Amino acid sequence: MSRYAVRSRVGRGRRRLAAAVVLALSAGLLTGCGDDSGVPVVTWYINPDNGGQSRLAERCAAAAGGTYRVDVQVLPNDASQQREQLVRRLAAKDSSIDVMSLDPPFVAEFANAGFLRPFDPADTATLTGDVLRGPLQTAYWKDQLVAAPFWANTQLLWYRKSVARAAGVDPTATGFTWDAMIRAAESQRKVIGVQANRYEGYMVWINALVASAGGEILGDVEAGKDASPEIAGPAGDDAARIIGDLARSPAAPPAMSTMGEEEARSAFQSPSGGFMVNWPYVYSAAKESVASGGIGQDVLDDIGWARYPRVAAGTPSKPPLGGINLTVGAFSEHPEQALDLVRCATSLPNTIAYMLDAGNPAARGAAYDDPGVRQAYPMASVIRQSINDAGPRPITPYYNDVSTSVQITWHPATGVTAPATPEESAAFMSDVLQGRRLL
Amino acid sequence: MALTEVRVAPPEPAKAELTDRARRERRLGLTLSAPAFLVMVFVTAYPLIYAVVLSLYNYRLTDPAGREFVGLRNYSTVLTDPVWWTDFGTTLIITVVSVAVELVLGFAFAFVMYRIIRGRSLVRTGILIPYGIVTVVSAYIWQFAFQLDSGFVNQWLGLGTFNFFGQRWSALVVIILSEIWKTTPFISLLLLAGLVQVPEEYQEAARVDGATAWQRLRRVTLPNMKAAIMVALLFRTLDAWRIFDNPFIMTRGANDTETLSFLAYRQNVTLVNMGAGSAVSVLLFLTVVVIAFIFVKGFRTDLSQVRGDQ
Repeated sequence: MSRYAVRSRVGRGRRRLAAAVVLALSAGLLTGCGDDSGVPVVTWYINPDNGGQSRLAERCAAAAGGTYRVDVQVLPNDASQQREQLVRRLAAKDSSIDVMSLDPPFVAEFANAGFLRPFDPADTATLTGDVLRGPLQTAYWKDQLVAAPFWANTQLLWYRKSVARAAGVDPTATGFTWDAMIRAAESQRKVIGVQANRYEGYMVWINALVASAGGEILGDVEAGKDASPEIAGPAGDDAARIIGDLARSPAAPPAMSTMGEEEARSAFQSPSGGFMVNWPYVYSAAKESVASGGIGQDVLDDIGWARYPRVAAGTPSKPPLGGINLTVGAFSEHPEQALDLVRCATSLPNTIAYMLDAGNPAARGAAYDDPGVRQAYPMASVIRQSINDAGPRPITPYYNDVSTSVQITWHPATGVTAPATPEESAAFMSDVLQGRRLL
Repeated sequence: MALTEVRVAPPEPAKAELTDRARRERRLGLTLSAPAFLVMVFVTAYPLIYAVVLSLYNYRLTDPAGREFVGLRNYSTVLTDPVWWTDFGTTLIITVVSVAVELVLGFAFAFVMYRIIRGRSLVRTGILIPYGIVTVVSAYIWQFAFQLDSGFVNQWLGLGTFNFFGQRWSALVVIILSEIWKTTPFISLLLLAGLVQVPEEYQEAARVDGATAWQRLRRVTLPNMKAAIMVALLFRTLDAWRIFDNPFIMTRGANDTETLSFLAYRQNVTLVNMGAGSAVSVLLFLTVVVIAFIFVKGFRTDLSQVRGDQ
């Protein structure tokens, strides 16, 4: 018996080794498959969607006359896990990564590490023509085009028409500010839905406020870890003041410190909902709630939208920016075909088709003139303007560190004060970048 | 260790001169184990040395140009950082509590497996099942059981909307429970191995002398199993100290439930912060060495005992 106990551990190790060998062998077989027909296989790593990217892939391969086939690989749900998996593979120079659907904040990091194949200047016009200004900024690293904006996203201000009317405010008016919104919600005893859990969504909110106040979280980004935190300044103070004010006001939703997009949406749809900043998906989600009986038609009819609120009445807001950029892996063995796939997927007709199919807004401005898009998105022109004027999150190879330091120092929102929080944030961020603190 | 007060230490072998035969046998042993030893050095020493080298740099995998030599600064950063000490505390709590509970439970299971006459193989298999389940799967099972949306535990205990993963202590309770459920079979196997080595004659002799069951357990069974107990404790402590799967699946390290292995993973894999990450890994390795040293030297654990060659 005693011998058995010890041997079982050894046996486990051996089995694991055997499993690893089998895995390695089958991986070899997998990458080898498809080559026997002579047609190159382009592997496209996508973020999960409703299948729209797979359908685009098929269409593009067909349009290329069968000169390549596309193998779509779905990455994990969570953006940071998508990044983790891609970084791990690319650090090992994985040649099977031809095309990647990449979250824009990670473009700089990937490009700086040499993981992305820069696009040829000759292709710039095709890939960036008519792309809205917001996403365009995320496509470059050190003046080189390394990513092709595929779709873009932004947040709008959503409000209950009845609440705004009762409070006597017009959120669609130019010059509607966060302060006015907080006061309006307080007067009607309603809450404002925001994203303030300790996660990337909170960083999106903070960044939008800092950018709208005319500042930035990080300056001199090309200096890498020597970049200078700028969050401790007038713009950071404005952002801290608004967040702290809201968190300590009766207009704060009860679970604000753990609130993400979905929690904000359900608070907004509830009887206490007044205002909310959130992505456009909430509108179709509200429609679905009506269809499934979750909320009444009157609630849906009561929902209005406007551009992201301002920090100062005189300065236009810079709404948040999301979306997906397409990039070509640096170690790809089929760069020609990969480029063709990127060109095809980001073309105007295909981004329109994708917008209607998957519900993700196009990065090219002309898409919003399409009658189909106008019909499906009553708020199309606000989305287009918002994406164009959006303020991207810091474009730095150290994005993860920057974002996490901000999230840690600004959470929970009830403890945020100006200028203490931005100062603490800047000091912590610079220590982290310099390797003096752990995240 | 309450056990050490029972003095049944084996007589110290006299340091006699080695005979020729013994010397030759020893040489044969060394020769036979040499190839395995070399392979082990090759596969473990290289990564280890590489990690030590990396730990002397401030180096991000995704910022190769920013790589700079910083000497031992990463170590001082890690050791003065609250993150390290919070994680150290978490790991310590999980290790101490889970190993202590497992030892008691494992002992009970070992007794059952040893004494049972009818359905012996059924019981033994039943006890061993949790150990056969992949840790990630067991982590999900326990997470689903305690989670607010899918869990049944709150309903059973009438806890309403209490979020087990919402704060540190309750999340640690679930992590530790899952850990105990999963690895008690392992410790009970090792203890069973020790139990069968206790000669039945000793028990009979004690019984003839009128010893109660409790006295026989304390004076006969436990002292004779000391080696097996220590080995089981050593294996489990080292295992528990490197815990990763359960917190990774259940909480992703939220609410101060991150362990040291998780910290090393996050620095190395998520942040690709190879310098600080390697420093954390090296420090984790050193803590493992210290634990092993304490057990082997401090408690005089004789690893050969587990193989039964007395």
